[in-house]
Amino acid sequence: MKYYIMILCCCVFSWSHSQNCNSNFSGEVHDFHDGTPISNAVIYIENINKYTTTDVDGKFSVESLCNTVITIEVSHLACETKRLEVKIEGDTYLEINLEHHIEELSEVKVNAVSSTKITKTSQETILKSETIDRFSSLNLGDALKQVSGVSSINTGSTIVKPVINGLHSSRIIVMTNGVRLQDQEWGIEHAPNIDLNTAGSINVIKGANALAYGGDAIGGVIVLKPSKISLKDSLYGKTILSGHTNGRGFNLNTSLTKTYKKGWYVGAQASMKRFGDYEAPDYNLTNTGLNSKGFSINGGFKTFEKGFNVYYSYLDNEIAILRASHIGNIEDLVNAINSPEPLVINDFSYDIDAPKQDVTHHVFKTEFYKRFKKFGRLDVQYDYQNNHRYEYDVRVGDDKDKPAIDLTLKTHTLKTSVKLDAKSNFTFRFGVNAGYQNNFANPDTGVRRLIPDYDKYDFGAFVISDLRINNNINIDFGLRYDYNQIDAKKFYLTSRWEERGYDVDFSDIVIEDLDTQLLTNPKFEYHNISASTGVSFKINDKNSILLNYGLSNRAPNPSELFSDGLHHSAARIELGDLRMKKETSNRVSATYSYQNTRLSLSAEAFYNHINDYIFIEPTGTEQTNRGAFPVWSYNQTNAALYGLDLTANYTINTHWFFKNKSSYIKGNDLSQNEDLIDIPSMKTVNILGYSNKKWLHFNTELQSELVFHQNDYPNNNFEVYIPTTEETVEVDISTTPPTYHLLHLQSDITLNLSEKTDLNIGLNITNIFNTNYRENLNRLRYFADDLGRNFMLQLKLNY
Amino acid sequence: MKTLKNTLFLVLATVVFSACSSDDDNPLPVNEEEVITTLTATLTPVGGGASITLQSLDLDGDGPNVPVITVSSPLAVNTTYNGSLELLNETESPAESINEEIEEEDDEHQFFFQASNAIATFTYVDYDENGNPVGLEFTATTAATAGSGNITITLRHEPSKDATGVSDGDITNAGGETDFQAIFPVTLQ
Repeated sequence: MKYYIMILCCCVFSWSHSQNCNSNFSGEVHDFHDGTPISNAVIYIENINKYTTTDVDGKFSVESLCNTVITIEVSHLACETKRLEVKIEGDTYLEINLEHHIEELSEVKVNAVSSTKITKTSQETILKSETIDRFSSLNLGDALKQVSGVSSINTGSTIVKPVINGLHSSRIIVMTNGVRLQDQEWGIEHAPNIDLNTAGSINVIKGANALAYGGDAIGGVIVLKPSKISLKDSLYGKTILSGHTNGRGFNLNTSLTKTYKKGWYVGAQASMKRFGDYEAPDYNLTNTGLNSKGFSINGGFKTFEKGFNVYYSYLDNEIAILRASHIGNIEDLVNAINSPEPLVINDFSYDIDAPKQDVTHHVFKTEFYKRFKKFGRLDVQYDYQNNHRYEYDVRVGDDKDKPAIDLTLKTHTLKTSVKLDAKSNFTFRFGVNAGYQNNFANPDTGVRRLIPDYDKYDFGAFVISDLRINNNINIDFGLRYDYNQIDAKKFYLTSRWEERGYDVDFSDIVIEDLDTQLLTNPKFEYHNISASTGVSFKINDKNSILLNYGLSNRAPNPSELFSDGLHHSAARIELGDLRMKKETSNRVSATYSYQNTRLSLSAEAFYNHINDYIFIEPTGTEQTNRGAFPVWSYNQTNAALYGLDLTANYTINTHWFFKNKSSYIKGNDLSQNEDLIDIPSMKTVNILGYSNKKWLHFNTELQSELVFHQNDYPNNNFEVYIPTTEETVEVDISTTPPTYHLLHLQSDITLNLSEKTDLNIGLNITNIFNTNYRENLNRLRYFADDLGRNFMLQLKLNY
Repeated sequence: MKTLKNTLFLVLATVVFSACSSDDDNPLPVNEEEVITTLTATLTPVGGGASITLQSLDLDGDGPNVPVITVSSPLAVNTTYNGSLELLNETESPAESINEEIEEEDDEHQFFFQASNAIATFTYVDYDENGNPVGLEFTATTAATAGSGNITITLRHEPSKDATGVSDGDITNAGGETDFQAIFPVTLQ
């Protein structure tokens, strides 16, 4: 131990100051993790071009060196090569620690594109930077649809929320650079506030098995990691510029990173996106533009043994929402559904008018890690997020430019974890996190708060371990405990309070009676246990299987507890319930993979049983001075979701390839014995591709996307009297849109402009035949068709 | 040592941030600014006589209580009434008149009057700057024979006033969003 960091202090004894070339240089090479000697490591003394290797005990010695400073390079198979300067003064002894974990190695490799999986036994897919770059001008949700089994729930084409195996919003954790995104993700029209361009790779983990991130990810975890930093003196960057015909928009993203061999690095990235009204094949989608601006800076120090990182990102998304989707009452909804075209169609414009959202999100993070010899790695991280959400409705008079929703959500999180990896076949990690969150709903909106002011406290602790039985079998276990407390101050209309029966069950939480309104102080606590275990088994070189089980619990989110009011885009009154309990998921999954030189195939099956599954369903209509509205209430039931996701890649010959991605999922409400709402349709994507390196690295892919009619949906239709026509009509909000088929083409070439600079030119056409279609999981499907044809030209410069 | 310092700093920072942002003050209540709690239609016979009022009152706005509909007395047959509307937000104190907002943006608003069983016909009296009807002022002419039916009053925001029939009071092609709608059962005698 006392030789630790001997690199700088090996000059203890000095026998002579004169130029003396009789000195011996000897030492030992050890594994950093467990201290075992490393044999056959090569010691290369650059100054005199001399080699030696270590013996079985890891020892080496070189004779007849002059008293001077020498540079040595220590290398070993599967180890990180280390360069050191050593001052020789008489006989000199040095202990050298090498790192031999391949997993960590990729993090320091130059230009590492080989991203690593986070879990060993989960259904996990990685999207690499080439894929992410292709979606540079789109959303996280669009890019993730490249993963079989991941779909999206949309409000138009710019508000895109990822859906993993049928689950979304609060049931998915999104991690960005180690920070769990806290951005009012409970809302169905609240897309993740993430600039896709900040990510170098994205891991998608289905199910709640990545317990280090949280115990409530019943759907799954999405982990965005920044690009790897290489430990060398370098300055590199990337600029992507794209133009689109549909929406007449452009996107610009640029990043620059400076790295130093010693481990220091600093990087910055900025992006902007501007779109006007998008177009359906037959008409303009009035008020669907987008104005997005973001930047991030990232800096720190990184070596194998220790490092720190400071990160800040800013994103501002101003998103227009289809004008025709803002409706007054149920009669307007009936008119909208019955009209083949949206009821408001204006000429193309870049204007972003109400209804719209304007959301800014800041993330500040600082992280520190250190490795201890023969022990493992300690991580400490603090992060702060500020999410400010404005939503503008179509309003009149003085309130015209006033937001209808003005929420500020601030979140502080402190977490630390220790990973023990001294033994190469066994890793053990444990950690704790504590968080504080404050939500402030600004009363100046002049609209009763949809979500109340609250303070939320979270505490979590986990242990996960990973055991490699042999080269073919891995087993992992995880256990997590979470405590959540929410302390809200919420106003209820006295009439609503009584109608809900809260005056009987919750009379003790009323703190102020304002006659027509009551101020209440709901406080809830939740204790959740999550667990995960899995095994991966490699049967032989071609066949392998994964089996996995996860238990997770999710506390109800603020909207499930507190919602109480009119939702204009849906023309419905949405009611939460203070009596809501947590939901519990038991998910089992199995994956079979086959791989030979030409074919790779993966079949992922899952069954997710959720007790007390929280969902929203129609429970009647209420009459107001605006007219009639259906009431949708949050309820709990027992549910089962199960399905199969397939991915296949087949190499036909050196140029041609074929890919297929298909997914099928079913959702049952077991208590009411009916189908669950908002379950993704069966979908199959077939891709025929051609690539030829000789033609300027030409790649092209023809994609066929076939989405089937969703036959399984609950019947939520209801009858309502329409005063202006004096008729009672059935409002069909349930029937799902028909099957649709779209063709897309994407192609690109790469020009090498210089040794370190290349230019990639891509041309993509989506919806080649300008097909009219509506998607079941687009909430604006009642009002308008989905997007028509788009040509996109993208220039990507790597330097 | 540095680790310890850093950790300590972070813990401190959290405590400070948390302490600043939590306070025990109760939030302020919000009174809905745009809710129309009350619509009163006053019908005054042209030849003189007592006014008749139709009122829809819903003090809890989007809350669960249904609007209270009152019609002060039956209408007389074969009579022309001068009608006027008063819209209030009574969740605010003093009650706020919504009429002013409608008058200021009269080109974006239009009332529609419908009667079942042909018990009455309506004509607009007030017009916006484009010469299109608004409907805060109107006349109602009752049928010649006694009977009963419903009078429906609807306020649309941003209707297509130029669409076919809309300026004559036909709601069919009006579009826009419904800001108010009430049905008044009336008797004609």
